[in-house]
Amino acid sequence: MSDLTNLTLAEARDGLKAKTFSAAEITEAHIAAVAESKPLNAYILETPDKAREMAKASDVRLAKGEGGPLEGIPLGIKDMFCTEGVRTTACSKILDDFTPTYESTVTSQLWRDGAVMLGKLNNDEFAMGSSNETSAFGNVINPWRARGSTENLVPGGSSGGSSSAVAARLCLGATGTDTGGSIRQPAAFTGIVGIKPTYGRCSRWGIVAFASSLDQAGPFARTVRDTAILMRSMSGHDPKDSTSVDMPVPDYEAAIGRSVKGLKIGVPKEYRVDGMPTEIEKLWQQGREWLKAAGAEIVEISLPHTKYALPAYYIVAPAEASSNLARYDGVRYGARVNGGDITGMYENTRGEGFGAEVKRRIMIGTYVLSAGYYDAYYVRAQKVRTLIKQDFDKVFASGVHAVLTPTTPSPAFAIGSKSKADPVEMYLNDIFTVTVNMAGLPGISVPAGSSPEGLPLGLQLIGRPFDEESLFALGQVIEDSAGVHPAPEKWW
Amino acid sequence: MLAETRPADPKKLIKGAIADWEVIIGMEIHAQVTSEAKLFSGASTEFGRPPNSNVSLVDAAMPGMLPVINGECVRQAVRTGIGLKAEIHDHSVFDRKNYFYPDLPQGYQISQYKSPIVGEGEVVLDMPEGQVKVGIERLHLEQDAGKSIHDQDPNNSFVDLNRSGVALMEIVSKPDIRSSEEARAYVTKLRTILRYLGTCDGDMEKGNLRADVNVSVRKPGEPFGTRCEIKNVNSIRFIGQAIEYEARRQIGILEDGGTIDQETRLFDPGRGETRSMRSKEEAHDYRYFPDPDLLPLDLPEGLVDELKKDLPELPDEKKARFQKEYGLSAYDADVLVAEKASADFFETVAKGRDGKLAANWVINELFGRLNKDGHGVEDSPVSAAQLGSLVDLIKDNTISGKIAKDVFEIVWTEGGDPKDIVEKRGLKQVTDTGAIEKAVDEIIAANADKAEQAKAKPGMLGWFVGQVMKSTGGKANPQAVSDMLKAKLGIE
Repeated sequence: MSDLTNLTLAEARDGLKAKTFSAAEITEAHIAAVAESKPLNAYILETPDKAREMAKASDVRLAKGEGGPLEGIPLGIKDMFCTEGVRTTACSKILDDFTPTYESTVTSQLWRDGAVMLGKLNNDEFAMGSSNETSAFGNVINPWRARGSTENLVPGGSSGGSSSAVAARLCLGATGTDTGGSIRQPAAFTGIVGIKPTYGRCSRWGIVAFASSLDQAGPFARTVRDTAILMRSMSGHDPKDSTSVDMPVPDYEAAIGRSVKGLKIGVPKEYRVDGMPTEIEKLWQQGREWLKAAGAEIVEISLPHTKYALPAYYIVAPAEASSNLARYDGVRYGARVNGGDITGMYENTRGEGFGAEVKRRIMIGTYVLSAGYYDAYYVRAQKVRTLIKQDFDKVFASGVHAVLTPTTPSPAFAIGSKSKADPVEMYLNDIFTVTVNMAGLPGISVPAGSSPEGLPLGLQLIGRPFDEESLFALGQVIEDSAGVHPAPEKWW
Repeated sequence: MLAETRPADPKKLIKGAIADWEVIIGMEIHAQVTSEAKLFSGASTEFGRPPNSNVSLVDAAMPGMLPVINGECVRQAVRTGIGLKAEIHDHSVFDRKNYFYPDLPQGYQISQYKSPIVGEGEVVLDMPEGQVKVGIERLHLEQDAGKSIHDQDPNNSFVDLNRSGVALMEIVSKPDIRSSEEARAYVTKLRTILRYLGTCDGDMEKGNLRADVNVSVRKPGEPFGTRCEIKNVNSIRFIGQAIEYEARRQIGILEDGGTIDQETRLFDPGRGETRSMRSKEEAHDYRYFPDPDLLPLDLPEGLVDELKKDLPELPDEKKARFQKEYGLSAYDADVLVAEKASADFFETVAKGRDGKLAANWVINELFGRLNKDGHGVEDSPVSAAQLGSLVDLIKDNTISGKIAKDVFEIVWTEGGDPKDIVEKRGLKQVTDTGAIEKAVDEIIAANADKAEQAKAKPGMLGWFVGQVMKSTGGKANPQAVSDMLKAKLGIE
């Protein structure tokens, strides 16, 4: 690991501006790191030529003093983002070698601001998973291992390639998408920062859809400040996305270091789940103390409908997915497996193109939308969703500025340890994160310590709609108190 | 319900072998919205382009593409609602109707299921036996599908997506229609209203107006029978034929002691019959749910009033005004208002002139001639100004009606101002009593025997008028000739 790959994004930005090193140099250092990272399987497509070309252009702009906010910063892009001329698959066989003729709004804003693309990052197929084990490109490996162990652990999911790559210093930051926890859970599992912005803050245009009413793009980086920098570039109104919100984008970085004195932090009693490991309980307690020490006020709150969030999520998300994934039919693009007739082609294409977890969710979603079941499942789940939203509304109306919870109920687990078992066991990973998507709120995961085996653990802060700035300010307090999580020891 | 309040009209019953039957008809009209761009994409709606040239990324359902509502299509739907005297819903919702078909790229059609943009309204039909009111149940906006082409290759079908995503208004009637004549009149009237509003061109040949016809039969006074839906009938004549056939088919089954299966049927114009397409059991489960990519449609305040202000005069109002202002018969007024262009043409001719005379010339001479030569009123070789000038010449006795027909023919083929033509060709009516008297005397002298008989048989006057007109080359004023003959022949 060279020094250039170990810089924070903010340090790299300042170094590039000061011409301490060039975009070409920092890009080359990352290309080399990526090339050595095959065992992690974080990148499913490397684009070194494109990266060099972009870095060269960045250096020209930097030389003229014209650099954008992310000029010359090498990033990895989750394969859910469509990238013009660069294969985009959502890590599904069904998209085959699909190469978009268009660039997602979020990534185009990153390139507009000068960022450099290193390649496409692995994820769970169509972002459905919590361990990055459902990818058609194989599972991603967490750069972290338990102390003294060589057992491979999952990097979380669905943005497992992003979390693994950022933690392993294979990029300075990465994009993710979060439908039920797919940014925050992998960030927690790998000792990095990840934020899911408020629904509508980032455009969904050009991002392969999983569940439209829950999907939201967001950044991964190694510090709170770095995610704030990335998020400013990723956010903004997009007339091509009807659910994107027309509000000015604040300078999120300016919120870093802002005092949290007097902020009221809610601690929901319903998040104290049965069988929660003591290390998680301790971490949560520690977080409360840190924030209190910084002048925030800690209050116990109630979010009474929390226990219904996960079951309701597993109705709403699959329902939308079953419809969103209907377009992968072998007719226009992606894989096609012929059959005797059109029905045969559909069955063969979708039967061979989709993996088991995706099929499971399409079937659940189709079922809950079916005549006779719609009211019992989908309509009720939407009502639960409203109640969950109201739980938060009430808490915020009572003066609470943000809610503090653990990000996950456990540290990273071993590959294969949950995927063979009851799928519900895997779904439970999202127990603390899905409520945030159901309510459309912003949530950030910040590394806050380690398990006794030395695995990273994260705390989640949930904010009021469009108040990401408070999350950055509070997240910075946790980061300052816990210290920036160290880099994993390179074993790959 | 209006359907039940309308007593069965004995004249409209269909005689079966055993009993008399009442036919109950409801219609769903799919009317293509007149707009430059599609309902949710910027692609053109231009007809007749090469296959797949009006296709945006959204229409082809590429990964990550999102729909954005076209405001003009919404305004057109609202205009139509106002024209149908219907309730306009400030709040409506777009739903997804899920099914697989190669010409449906998304795997779902975006439609409005539970909350349509327009609610109940009414269309008034002028039937020979009096007015019939057909209730409108609702009008909603939805996307059209593409077109599958099966006859270009022995092994493959092709798909043309030019139509995919074009805006349609589905206009659903109540089951208020009681005969094939009424059904034809309903579609004709609806088409007229849409064309007046400029919200649909009503071109059935291009498929821009299609009808799904629901037909059931019952004995008068009994509850509704089981209905069959005849899909996609694309001409007004076929609608009539399909209903006639379908009603008799159902009566035949019922009189033989059978029952009607609720099913979807197709009309085969070649054979003049309907045949089963799919049974109720085979019916799709469309798994409707609100489209999470679109926000509910909330009409801007004041939009309905603004559109109301700019609404053109509609056929019913125009007809009433023509009868009142120009003294036209209901029949003539109906003929003239059937097309806005005809009505406008008539009004230009009639302005400041004898309305009845103008109507007579527009309907009998002009329309007759246009039909014969396959012209529309829009490309009539005789302009409204020319016809008006001709009417003036008749009105002030410059020419007779008979000469006017000759002048009309000259204007039709050679053009020119009727006044100049009459002047230059010496077609002016002879009103000089001396000249007329001379001609009358000559004819009476040459036909002394007939003149003698005429006193007893006044009906012979016509023959004498004809002879005088002939001898004057048609230029004599027929009224003056008639008056003089009466006096000279001693007819009272």
